[in-house]
Amino acid sequence: MVENIFVSIAAWLRGLLGGLGVPDLWNDVILMVVKLLAILVFILVNALWLVYMERKVAGYIQSRLGPIHVGPKGLLQTAADIGKLLGKEIILPKNIDLVVFLLMPVLIFVPPLVIFAVIPFGKDMVAVDMNIGVFYLIAVASLSTIIFWAAGWSSNNKYSLVGGMRSVAQMVSYELPLVLALLGVIMITGTLNMNEIVNAQKNVWFIFTQPIAFLVYFIAGVSETNRTPFDLVEGESEIIAGPYTEYAGMGFAMFFLAEYANVMIVSAMCTIMFLGGWLAPFGLDFVPSWLWFFLKMYLMIFIFMWIRWTYPRIRVDQLMAFGWKVLVPLSLANIFVTGAGMYIFRAIGW
Amino acid sequence: MLSDWGAVFIFFAVAVVFGAGGIITAFLIAPRRTTAQKQTTYECGVDTIGPTWVQFRTSYFMYALLFVIFDVETIYLYPWAVKFQSLGLFAFIEMIIFLFILIVGLWYAWKEGALEWM
Repeated sequence: MVENIFVSIAAWLRGLLGGLGVPDLWNDVILMVVKLLAILVFILVNALWLVYMERKVAGYIQSRLGPIHVGPKGLLQTAADIGKLLGKEIILPKNIDLVVFLLMPVLIFVPPLVIFAVIPFGKDMVAVDMNIGVFYLIAVASLSTIIFWAAGWSSNNKYSLVGGMRSVAQMVSYELPLVLALLGVIMITGTLNMNEIVNAQKNVWFIFTQPIAFLVYFIAGVSETNRTPFDLVEGESEIIAGPYTEYAGMGFAMFFLAEYANVMIVSAMCTIMFLGGWLAPFGLDFVPSWLWFFLKMYLMIFIFMWIRWTYPRIRVDQLMAFGWKVLVPLSLANIFVTGAGMYIFRAIGW
Repeated sequence: MLSDWGAVFIFFAVAVVFGAGGIITAFLIAPRRTTAQKQTTYECGVDTIGPTWVQFRTSYFMYALLFVIFDVETIYLYPWAVKFQSLGLFAFIEMIIFLFILIVGLWYAWKEGALEWM
């Protein structure tokens, strides 16, 4: 019952619309819009909660309380922040490239939302069950690099320009190990469809068969979302938030929202590719699959936050050297070992 | 039937509308009192010196160039990885050759100092 609640709602809605004589195509479109709105609400509510959670986690790690004044235990703090940001003047500095400057906060939320279309939230709970899901995700995710760079460049501000350039160098360098790390999993499953990848982990999660790939993916994921220790793109204390320096009010809020949506995506991908997605561990399937997915995702997010508030920022040359000289060779070696291992296991008939 | 890419297009369109809606709402309800001081470039209170849109250092460009080469190679690895199990020994040897080429490329870039941050 609880397990299939969302699937049942979708089926009921489809039946209802069919009964009203809505043609099949429009039925699909309406259903897709409903799913899309559900995902959008999911992202917004979680982003609100994550900002609060981040500040609380940071507070407790640094022996302070975090937000406590607005609402019970400070729960309404982020809602108040959104209200404030919405009411703030959008400052347009003199020398900016106006069209690009205003277009970037509009576009920044496109890649995360479009990616969420292929994320399976639970059993049969995926908006678009695409047969090349992983490939699509990688392709769309890399588009945000352009948006960060264009935002930094159009601001006509030295900090922003340096931030934009850094974001290109960093995101591009860490995308490579990220993409190569996922290859190990693809080799084992032989599919790019996310649901099939999750199903392939019925017996053993890929974190146990592909530990190196998981580690590389995790580190590259931290870097792709621009979080400490890899937050050179934003670096509040050196380049004043990098590409966002000149953005005020809602423009800044959109970047912030996209950042948390990206954190959710990286955690969700860790869950899907390595932690068994919506599969229940130890046969605990009385808990619905979507709740398992949610719990695993939040576990990953918590680890991301924990790392962010524990480690200091690294230097830019260390960042590049680590990406190219450690992670890329490591992920290439992982592909080789996975291939050799699979071939040998099959040769001895295991 | 709605195709996969039709669905993705719906997602794309709604994302753009959502972003534009946020910015337009802010423009409608937020106050706009522009002063000359407010419009200056923010560089920690110091007046900005010289143009920002200048030629930038090439080490960033080197990484971008390397990325393009490696990323194209990675794209070829994906279809190979999907078909890896059904191709047998042939695929395995193919993989060794292909990875060897990749590693030689990385080694060459490393040797030439393209991976050093100057």
